[in-house]
Amino acid sequence: MAKDEFTEFKLVGTRPDRPDGLDKVTGRARYGADMSMPGMLWAAVVRSPHAHARILRIDTSKAEALEGVKAVVTRADFPEGLTGEEWNLQENTIAGDKALYDGHAVAAVAATSALLAQDAARLIEVDYEVLPHVIDVDDAIKPDAPAIRPGAADATVPEGMPANVVRYIDFGHGDVDAGFAEADLVMERSYKTEATHQGYIEPHACVGQLGADGKGEMWVCTQGQWYIRKMCADVLGLETAQLRVTPSEIGGGFGGKTTIFMEPLSLALSRKAGGRPVKLVMTRSEVLRATGPTASASMDVKIGMTKDGTITAARAEFRMQGGAFPGAPVDMALYCAFAPYKLKNVHHIGYDVLANRPKCAAYRAPGSPMGAFAVESLVDEMSRELGLDPLDVRLTNGVREGDRASYGPTFGSIGLIETLEATKAHPNLLVPLGPNQGRGIAAGYWFNHSGETSVSMAISEDGSAQVSVGTPDIGGSRASIALMVAETLGIPYEDVRVNVVETGSLGVNEPTHGSRATFASGKAAVVATGQAIKEMCRRAAAEWGIDEDAVEWVNGAAQPAGPNAGKFPPLTIREIAGKMGETGGPISGHHEGLPEGVGASFGCHVVDVEVDPETGHTTILRYLVVQDAGRAIHPSYVEGQYQGGAVQGIGWALNEEYIYGEDGRLQNAIFLDYRVPVASDLPMIDTVIVEVPNPGHPFGVRGVGETGITPPLPAIANAIQDATGLRMTHLPMTPPKVLAALKAAGRG
Amino acid sequence: MSKIHVTTTVNGDQVEFLADPRESLLDCLRDRLGLTGSKEGCGTGDCGACSVRLDGTLVCSCLVLGVEAEGKTVETIEGMANGNELHPLQRKFVEHAALQCGFCTPGILVAAKALLEQNDNPTETEIRYWLAGNLCRCTGYDKIVRAVMDAAAELRGEAA
Amino acid sequence: MVAVNLWSSLTRFTDGARVVELEAATAGQVLDGLKAAYPGLAPIVDAGVSVVIDGEMATGRHSPIGPESEVVLMQRLKGG
Repeated sequence: MAKDEFTEFKLVGTRPDRPDGLDKVTGRARYGADMSMPGMLWAAVVRSPHAHARILRIDTSKAEALEGVKAVVTRADFPEGLTGEEWNLQENTIAGDKALYDGHAVAAVAATSALLAQDAARLIEVDYEVLPHVIDVDDAIKPDAPAIRPGAADATVPEGMPANVVRYIDFGHGDVDAGFAEADLVMERSYKTEATHQGYIEPHACVGQLGADGKGEMWVCTQGQWYIRKMCADVLGLETAQLRVTPSEIGGGFGGKTTIFMEPLSLALSRKAGGRPVKLVMTRSEVLRATGPTASASMDVKIGMTKDGTITAARAEFRMQGGAFPGAPVDMALYCAFAPYKLKNVHHIGYDVLANRPKCAAYRAPGSPMGAFAVESLVDEMSRELGLDPLDVRLTNGVREGDRASYGPTFGSIGLIETLEATKAHPNLLVPLGPNQGRGIAAGYWFNHSGETSVSMAISEDGSAQVSVGTPDIGGSRASIALMVAETLGIPYEDVRVNVVETGSLGVNEPTHGSRATFASGKAAVVATGQAIKEMCRRAAAEWGIDEDAVEWVNGAAQPAGPNAGKFPPLTIREIAGKMGETGGPISGHHEGLPEGVGASFGCHVVDVEVDPETGHTTILRYLVVQDAGRAIHPSYVEGQYQGGAVQGIGWALNEEYIYGEDGRLQNAIFLDYRVPVASDLPMIDTVIVEVPNPGHPFGVRGVGETGITPPLPAIANAIQDATGLRMTHLPMTPPKVLAALKAAGRG
Repeated sequence: MSKIHVTTTVNGDQVEFLADPRESLLDCLRDRLGLTGSKEGCGTGDCGACSVRLDGTLVCSCLVLGVEAEGKTVETIEGMANGNELHPLQRKFVEHAALQCGFCTPGILVAAKALLEQNDNPTETEIRYWLAGNLCRCTGYDKIVRAVMDAAAELRGEAA
Repeated sequence: MVAVNLWSSLTRFTDGARVVELEAATAGQVLDGLKAAYPGLAPIVDAGVSVVIDGEMATGRHSPIGPESEVVLMQRLKGG
């Protein structure tokens, strides 16, 4: 059924209360650290204080002698012989020969109380031989930088590259030199962004239990229970199906909870402690030092433009470090960097570089914000140089359906132009600006993602419906999926309960990542619901003694399809469900697969700032997010994604960064010093939901979670230039940095 | 290390527990009394997820020792609703979609209630500064501020 | 025959060709065909790549490719 043909939905697009709302406002919702189990032990982790060090000796005897200590594990308790990403995950879980970053786990202990475990951890003695380290990406790519993991480079890296380059990518189309020759203005700039953390307020936490028989279970805060299961099984050498992983309510993830960090330690400790459950909860400092922040980036961009604003050629070279393991999202940063622009000539080069920092994880549109910062900053600067409206320059060059994307393929249905036009029409653009105030705009892009998806649904005896999904609900996906299922069934929203289930209940699901939950689980839930509807129509047909094809489903009831089918009063879902025990048994639906039809999402942000010339402090005066949602199933939670993404981007632009000392230690591993935006830093965040429906989803959903973090970085830099005339090229644009720039320009 | 016997009143109920003198009030609420509604986001008093009232004063319970609760009254998120009757703040948070992951929500509700008890008509700016010690990473605060303003209006008896 | 667009740095494994022609009716056959014709690509393909067919990321090895389809090889994508 092509629901795009509907002019009106009954439920889709409304704003009912979320199903988990009551639990979350009363403190009843259970998160990772809220679970306790009978006989439970508590764990603590010993971590390297060095950025790079050979581990010479670990003496656990004093800890083991402490009354109440039940198990201690080191790398020696983990299987050998892993390769590739499985080895990377094991090495990051617990160090082998070398500690690769400040905070790298070296040993773990389980005891009868949390305090006792912490006491025991302090008794574990580790001897290190400190090795030279490297932190900054531009230092790490130098030929004489300390080689962190010789041999870690993959086959993409040609011979002769510096030792810490582990992946290399080079792509593009057209002839950039010819394109630059056609330009009236060619500009080239270098930009840097620092590593930031997802900053979810809930630290990682789990309770793991593993018996000597290899059977185990885990309660854990995660974006993906099947990923946790597979990764833990790989790292520990277990049979995957023998682990049962139950996701808790999740206190934020933003990509950072799509992988493992310390979860296998709780299982290894449990196995060693006779199978007693082991609770492991990270401190905030452990989260910042030893989970997966995003990469830092150093980027060179060159663009050619004609006087009317047409881009004739573009070139980008990005160097990104994602810690001591391969995986900096340099490829995705490059794919997204020029995505809003139709380019005849474009060339991208990328280097993934190792440094002595924690293993990066995904963070909301991984890579895209860095690329956008570089490209959208330069497009803005060139627009100003040529006296053109930066929004018009984006409209002039903006991609439409059928255009070749900067990264190669041809775009299907996209809504960039509609997004830019909605931006142009917004009243925020007419607000007059005062002294030291400026306005900046920038666009952003994210692909969105599908992935392995398995959903079951069943009709209950009273005609209500339950849906089992495998994608943890972070931002309201239970509400959006319930709306789509209720709309499809023709029953009230309140009659649908969506459950996020454990790994024993469904086939493999990818995590809630890539903005996929409402798209992929939602699409699968609608297909599964269609199966249940078909079965209910079949049962009505049998009741009436007519052909099942002569029955249609309308407004929550089966009815004869047209006058030729026969005259029968409709059979409601409640009536059919009430008799299902006598008419063939349970009525359910199930769909699994790799849902096709992902729709990409473009956004455009407009920010007004005021820069204090005495302190260099930037105040956000006004903020506008315009983004194509495809279709907003629950508009409040779409707005919430736009607002939350924008504020994370504001933090990245103005405050947040990993700061390392000369010794390679992280210097700001608490929230006082790693400063995320607080309520008093911000105005209201205005939103416009553009709806260019995605033809690949039954309700037109594109996925809305990630694009919103991308434009703020350049939009704020552009606004600061508008306010001060200064072009800031290194994030974050903290007051000291802006003040120094003002002083250097003789205006501080 | 020997434990200390603590008698205190939590959400109107007299309770007793044994506390290690190094344990925070937050740990005692969560691990000794099973009141896991208060959350630990940082352990350093920066995020506000553990906000509770101690003898009426808004505190970060991660910065208070459990033994300091002796003889005092503690109010947590679990005591905010009156049975099934939600406090207007709780209701407005759900109505306004002022939560996504919900982890910061208990602390923000406790803090907002303390604000409205001393200022029944706060401005947007007053709300933003009062809640500046409560981090939320999901919402960008917009819907939180709106929910608090709407709850304040309802408590003042104004039509929403 | 299907024309498969590679990223530039793979050309050192394909005798300099940025576009290579293969017999393939599915995404999986593109990957297998690339490895057979250019063994140097095998470790890169095996490490994980995305096949983009007519602008959409192939969701699996069996995603079909038509005779006129546009096929682009990209590095594997994931989200946050």
